[in-house]
Amino acid sequence: MEEQVRSFLKSSFGDAIIREDDFRGQQSLYITPETLAPICEELLQNSELDIKYLSDITSLDWLGHEEEKNGRFEVIYNLYSLSHRYRFFLKVRLPGDNPEVSSLSHLWQAANWLEREVYDMMGIRFEGHPDLTKILTPDELEGHPLRKDFPLTWEQPQFSWNKDRPPEVIK
Amino acid sequence: MGLEERIPDSILLTTVDKMINWGRKWSIWPFGFGLACCAIEMMSTFASHFDLARYGMEVTRPSPRQADLMIVAGRVSMKMAPVVRRLYEQMPNPKWVIAMGACASCGGVFNNYALLQGVDRIIPVDIYIPGCPPRPEQLMDGLLKLQEKVNKGSVKDQHEEWGRKAV
Amino acid sequence: MPEEKTIELNMGPQHPATHGVLRVVLELDGETVVKARPVIGYLHTGIEKTMESKLYYKALPATDRMDYLAPMSNNLGYCLAVEKLMDIEVPEKVKWARACLAELTRVNSHLVWLGTHAIDLGAMSMLLYAFRERELILDVYEACGGQRMMTSYIRIGGLAHELPKDFDRKVRKIVTVVRERLHDYEALLTNNEIFIRRTKGVAVISAEEAINYSLSGPMLRGSGVKHDMRKANPYSGYENFDFDIPVGKNGDAYDRYLLRLEEIRQSLRIAEQVIDGMPEGPYRAHVPGVVLPPKEDVLYKMESLIFHFMIITEGFKVPFGAVYQAIESPKGELGFYISSDGSNKPHRVRVRPPSFINLASLPRLVEGRLFADVVCAIGSVDIVLGEVDR
Repeated sequence: MEEQVRSFLKSSFGDAIIREDDFRGQQSLYITPETLAPICEELLQNSELDIKYLSDITSLDWLGHEEEKNGRFEVIYNLYSLSHRYRFFLKVRLPGDNPEVSSLSHLWQAANWLEREVYDMMGIRFEGHPDLTKILTPDELEGHPLRKDFPLTWEQPQFSWNKDRPPEVIK
Repeated sequence: MGLEERIPDSILLTTVDKMINWGRKWSIWPFGFGLACCAIEMMSTFASHFDLARYGMEVTRPSPRQADLMIVAGRVSMKMAPVVRRLYEQMPNPKWVIAMGACASCGGVFNNYALLQGVDRIIPVDIYIPGCPPRPEQLMDGLLKLQEKVNKGSVKDQHEEWGRKAV
Repeated sequence: MPEEKTIELNMGPQHPATHGVLRVVLELDGETVVKARPVIGYLHTGIEKTMESKLYYKALPATDRMDYLAPMSNNLGYCLAVEKLMDIEVPEKVKWARACLAELTRVNSHLVWLGTHAIDLGAMSMLLYAFRERELILDVYEACGGQRMMTSYIRIGGLAHELPKDFDRKVRKIVTVVRERLHDYEALLTNNEIFIRRTKGVAVISAEEAINYSLSGPMLRGSGVKHDMRKANPYSGYENFDFDIPVGKNGDAYDRYLLRLEEIRQSLRIAEQVIDGMPEGPYRAHVPGVVLPPKEDVLYKMESLIFHFMIITEGFKVPFGAVYQAIESPKGELGFYISSDGSNKPHRVRVRPPSFINLASLPRLVEGRLFADVVCAIGSVDIVLGEVDR
């Protein structure tokens, strides 16, 4: 099944695959952001591979790590085939300032809310999304919480030595 | 009852207080504000194994305008905080608040940007019940202590003392 | 000529029939729902960000509090993901014990679902029956882990303590009692005229749409798609057990009700098989430097004490990479995507929440139907707000 996916992608979009990875038996393919929507449309039409189930859309932030040279943000599409019981990942690397990638909400209805959550928590914009607004965080919160430069913002708990002072917020 | 504001300060009530307190403490109507995991333990306490109806708290009203006791069960996030404040203000006097669980008392396990560190930042709390989640017996112990507190009160009290200085 | 206007009704975050703090903004034309828009985020706790700042062991109790009706399932998913990342092999006894606890958790969650769904539709005594059965399962949790709900009993590399001595007696009692009481529940609800008229043909979704909306769990199986993670990609010893997967036909709320009752029966069947054939062995894997040594060794041997100290204070170094592990939780496909950057704290823990993705299909289920069907649909989707908002 791994071979079929790889050969299908190479035959239709030969130069789109930047890197391949196989960690603990899970196949991931790094592709360029522009080829994402065409690849997914082709996958939905291909009935032999039968990859119709979008499990998840996640995002990572590589700020401060040496991986950042390939692109600060990474968006991961978790695709599953129900009949072959096979799972593989399509990964896209995006630059740090103004990250944008095309939306898949016209192909899968599940992508609507998943992309809204990625936008809310990580700040990655999706072109063509019908309603890209905040979904989890309150409206007053500015910034994107899951980025590495957003602090956890925890408060010093009150012990006996600081019980008379108001609690200080540590960023 | 409406008469409380019109009784002048120079009148003391003793037996009337005892009778009204007895009536109030054995028929508290909880407004179960179940938010998260503690709500499930609160539902277990109201169910048949640990029965709360024997203490008179059988009728749980979903509407704040018909309830006496607000049990904040669960973690209060920043988006939910204005809703909690509005619901507290919708309850008629006399009213009591129990902060059930660690997250409602002091922020609990989660010390981060998204949670209110204790619901007593926005509303005054009478009884704090620790635990994550507290056992049904702990909740019943808290409710019995609340009954003692009601017993010591008077009809003429104004219910706006703050449990901790708000920041 | 008066124009047709619609009313905008807010089914607020505090409502007796939404299971937790869910807000649904409805546009009504009389009693018919024209548009429905769920608003979530009232329980957002930032669990994923909290887990990034803690060691792998210390991030485990945060997973309990996400889907608080099925706490051991979340623990299991996280531990399986970390074990896959570190390439740790657990003993057979641990696999069987974990499968048994996961199935008891499924019974637990489906009982709460049954109680709350029935009370939404008017049958109040079901809630009291369901919580009475649940007390037996919470007894087992307390005997294992010390706490009624958030036990954190399933740890990385094994279990927290040895299984209690009367574990098989308690589980056998649960199996017999719940099996017998399921007949009572069926007698109360299955052929009840009111229940049938409120759930048959309500909240229907077809199989192609269910796949397009990425539904999972009983919502997907109710529409006819036979897909279960325990059979598709088995984990934790599920390939040794003999059980069926119930599948519905029409995709409406009544089919999902029958499906979940049947799932309870199959879970009891698996629990019985585990008790009949549980192998002997240690309750933790022996991987020095990664898995905590048993407490008896820590008190008497020097190396175990040193390893215990190092693991608790500094954690263990994890190889660079990312894994995804999906399990079949009572709500659907619960997945953990853990990405590590080579240090002792996780770089990113992503939880694939089944309730969040199932809830996104709510507008599709209720638009065009009456207002009372909204309550039935929310109950039938079986959401837990702790998992939707995390």
